[in-house]
Amino acid sequence: MKIGVLALQGDFAEHVAALKKLNVEASEVRLPEHLKGLDGLIIPGGESTTIGKLAVAYHLMDSLKVFGQRRAIWGTCAGAIFLSKDVSRDQPLLGLMDIKVQRNAFGRQIDSFETDLDIPELKQATGTTDDYHAVFIRAPIIESVSGDAKILASIPDGRIVAAQQGHLLATSFHPELTDDLRFHKYFLTMVD
Amino acid sequence: MQVKTGTWTEKKGLAQMLKGGVIMDVVTAEHAKIAEDAGACAVMALERVPADIRANGGVARMSDPELILKIIDSVSIPVMAKCRIGHFVEAQILEALGVDYIDESEVLTPADESNHILKHNFKVPFVCGCRNLGEALRRVGEGAAMIRTKGEAGTGDVVEAVRHARTVLGDIRKLTTMADEELMRYAKEIGAPYELVKETKELGRMPVVNFAAGGVATPADAALMMQLGVDGVFVGSGIFKSGDPARRAQAIVKAVTHYQDASILAEVSKNLGEAMVGRNVSQMPEAEKIAGRGW
Repeated sequence: MKIGVLALQGDFAEHVAALKKLNVEASEVRLPEHLKGLDGLIIPGGESTTIGKLAVAYHLMDSLKVFGQRRAIWGTCAGAIFLSKDVSRDQPLLGLMDIKVQRNAFGRQIDSFETDLDIPELKQATGTTDDYHAVFIRAPIIESVSGDAKILASIPDGRIVAAQQGHLLATSFHPELTDDLRFHKYFLTMVD
Repeated sequence: MQVKTGTWTEKKGLAQMLKGGVIMDVVTAEHAKIAEDAGACAVMALERVPADIRANGGVARMSDPELILKIIDSVSIPVMAKCRIGHFVEAQILEALGVDYIDESEVLTPADESNHILKHNFKVPFVCGCRNLGEALRRVGEGAAMIRTKGEAGTGDVVEAVRHARTVLGDIRKLTTMADEELMRYAKEIGAPYELVKETKELGRMPVVNFAAGGVATPADAALMMQLGVDGVFVGSGIFKSGDPARRAQAIVKAVTHYQDASILAEVSKNLGEAMVGRNVSQMPEAEKIAGRGW
């Protein structure tokens, strides 16, 4: 199995390191030809506007949309925004997932937070019982899911922070910033 | 739900999100928009870019809060702002304004010649400048969650940025070859906290994100710093003191992403118009250099 990490901007090196800890081959994707031979792709945290502009400039939009029709993609934070259909402002989006996202939904950096989440699907898939410690940084929320998209995790006030649509996964938080590799393992189960 | 804010993971984490990106100095909301549209991963809100601070002379202070708020309102990307070295009240004000990162910067006139700000006291994260590993780890020890090599701001001459990046990264390479029993002596020699020296050796890199700054003016300069091994670049005067800021800003963003691809670097370097005029650091009187501010 070989997983690509979109390396236009952001914390792609952290995702590569997490995959290597799981003994999975990982490679950086900056141009359309780098998608060849990959079984899945992670779109990292970073600035979604920067990632979007670079994806447009280097003709990655169509290649990524085609890739996502069959293969697994996981977006964390900026990556989740990039996967969405609607972010209520004009910026490049892949529109692969039927989710509507709000950027910087919790405020500015001083409002960024860590908290524990109860995610039954994650516990079940990894055979564990511990809550998941999630790191949110200037994080987006998933305002709504539609079509085949399903809610995977919410915070207690009901706001959605993780969603899945078949082989596509979006999280508002950053599993790549913690030592808990369960989300990476969970994503790998979604890869054919 | 138990919620923790202002943690070390949060502070360091935002810098991790900026990696592989370009942080641009902006002096107006219009500049900030141009920077965001060009693909900047963050902007630094200032009253004057370093080249003008040099030209104007006098005491350089924190910018007017009104200007910073206008810039915050104009973009969706993170906004940083500078306070003077040791001026913890300017930092308190910037935190109250809601800036996402504070740069305790030698570009402004220092307020304290002996002490930097105790940055652990704040919820907002800080970035600080350095010229070598000892200086970098002293700042991390005080709570800086991101480091940038100082270079020589406002010159458009990359030579000092290269010198400082080579020194810091060379110090780290040397440290990784040392025996564990040599670390205490090395910590004493470079004046850095022992625990951070140890952590740096174990990681084989700086324990926080490390950008380059001070003199980057072209896409080639930015890619040079990336190939030397930094995590991203700050561009100060280099963009808005050039002939075509929007075009140059876009080119530098692309150069940082594709820093290892010479054919892309050649493409983005074409027809950028005039670069900032610049000042040759080797011909500059010592008294005019600002990298020596802070310790």
